[in-house]
Amino acid sequence: MLIAARILTLVLTLFMAAGGTAAGAEKKVKVVASFSILGDMVKNVGGDRVEVTTLVGPNGDAHVYEPTPADAKAVSAADLVIVNGLGMEGWMDRLIKTAGYKGPEVVATKGIKPREMAAEEAGEHEHGAKHEHKIDPHAWQNLANGQSYVDNIAKGLSSVDPAGAATYKANASAYKAQLAALNQWVKKEFSVIPKQKRRMITSHDAFGYLGAAYGVIILSPMGVSTESEPSAGGVAKLIEQIRKEKITAVFIENVSDPRLGEQISKESGVKLGGELYSDALSKPEESAPTYIDMFKNNVPKMVEAMRKGL
Amino acid sequence: MMYLFNFFLAPFQDFAFMRHALVACLALALGCGPVGVLLVLKRMSLVGDALSHAVLPGVAIGFLASGLSLYAMTLGGIVAGLAVALVAGAVARFTLLKEDASFAAVYLMSLALGVLIVSLRGSNIDLIHILFGTILAVDDADLVLVASISSITLVTLSLIYRPLVVECFDPGYLRSVGGWGTVMHFIFLVLVVLNLVAGFRALGTLMAVGLMMVPAASARFWAREVWSMALVAVFIAMLSGYAGLILSFHVNLPSGPAIILTAGLCYIFSVMLGVHGSIYSRRKPGLHLGG
Repeated sequence: MLIAARILTLVLTLFMAAGGTAAGAEKKVKVVASFSILGDMVKNVGGDRVEVTTLVGPNGDAHVYEPTPADAKAVSAADLVIVNGLGMEGWMDRLIKTAGYKGPEVVATKGIKPREMAAEEAGEHEHGAKHEHKIDPHAWQNLANGQSYVDNIAKGLSSVDPAGAATYKANASAYKAQLAALNQWVKKEFSVIPKQKRRMITSHDAFGYLGAAYGVIILSPMGVSTESEPSAGGVAKLIEQIRKEKITAVFIENVSDPRLGEQISKESGVKLGGELYSDALSKPEESAPTYIDMFKNNVPKMVEAMRKGL
Repeated sequence: MMYLFNFFLAPFQDFAFMRHALVACLALALGCGPVGVLLVLKRMSLVGDALSHAVLPGVAIGFLASGLSLYAMTLGGIVAGLAVALVAGAVARFTLLKEDASFAAVYLMSLALGVLIVSLRGSNIDLIHILFGTILAVDDADLVLVASISSITLVTLSLIYRPLVVECFDPGYLRSVGGWGTVMHFIFLVLVVLNLVAGFRALGTLMAVGLMMVPAASARFWAREVWSMALVAVFIAMLSGYAGLILSFHVNLPSGPAIILTAGLCYIFSVMLGVHGSIYSRRKPGLHLGG
């Protein structure tokens, strides 16, 4: 017994020592990102120096996520936690507290002018007062905001890993250049459509920032949250609007009930425009595994659907 | 006149989704009414609730097997619901445990298994939300499903009506003349599961049970025989479906809760003013004695 216990202690000590030296040789900065889009950005800025854990994975819904013990473990071991902010991850504060995480937290939307989920157009019929002054967290849908995300992330990484500051800066500016080019491309794509025809409908109101940035009017049968149930009056109003104003772009989004969108498109005689990614990236084998790919998937689909109405 | 037409009928004339929703409600009412009444009479009113949770593992397995195919998930839900109903029913019949306790135990196991399977999948899409959306999203396939289930329910009930009613009031009798009582009971449980799944497709998990139980509980105050009680329940369910949709249309309320709350109003009215055993009828016993 005694010998066995000693051997065990010895083995354990060896393991810990080995672990210690290995970590010392090339210690990666452990970053926890709340959801897939942030995770992708951190990978781009951090490169080989960071090890990213994404809590809400591909196709997951960060609004209603329930953290797991593995998440708490990842957070407690992290050097840096990165969140979107603006009320997106309601569960995050509790998770940080539970995990006993004391390190820095980067809010990626810091410095971005938040957009209110105003009771606009079709959004009006939502439960009125409750949603009226809710802040829209989906700021990444504007690529200019995406560039501030990158700045905030690079700043956060440099503060916990000063030795890599130069690398982060270089990576960030390269990535930002890509995003800026993408931004120009998106503007060019939309410019084909006359402004009054740039209208689209999705079953989940996540494209508010995109709409504001590129002059697209977004109509939606449901509010900002994927949880709310639509009313018959609201759906009817929307169908009338499609009929009257001849909107051709109707989209089902990857985190809500697909049947409702189908009903609306059938009733109004408009073809569905395909799948858009808004709140989460797709799995690697699908069409939007990165932040950049998300725009490359979404924008041409939107433009093509709007073109049908010309 | 024009105003009344616009208010009560025009929504259904103008919009196919309103017609879909209404037909789904009417078809559901036909099946759920009698089934709910029998549940009330058998003192199994909470079994519907239990079963609505019990379908989760089946839905989850359907989801794992074929992604977001609604058919696979519905089929999985039916299989899981049946398994729970049959196992719980068997335990109640063949051991000393009563129906409520055995249902509670088995449905909780099933629910836990469902949660386990969903979380193993890792992705956090809310399965139940997707499968059991809103009545406004009912499509042709859903309508066919709901109508078929209602038809099967009505035909089956009419075939086994007499033994089922006997079994309902005197479980010992059929057992004494042969094992038919148990068979009737299981057939009935199958009908309960089918109607619940039909309700899920149209109304969502929580609300489906409402359309089954609330009209049935209200009907108790208006009729004495099983058949007339079932008729009243069907009528109340249909009325609630229609009125709830109209409310949802004009006042912009979410449709599922609007329908069930309308049924709830009927229930409150029945409790207060119903003909049999309501607060009103009990306070004026003379009315009945005189008649």
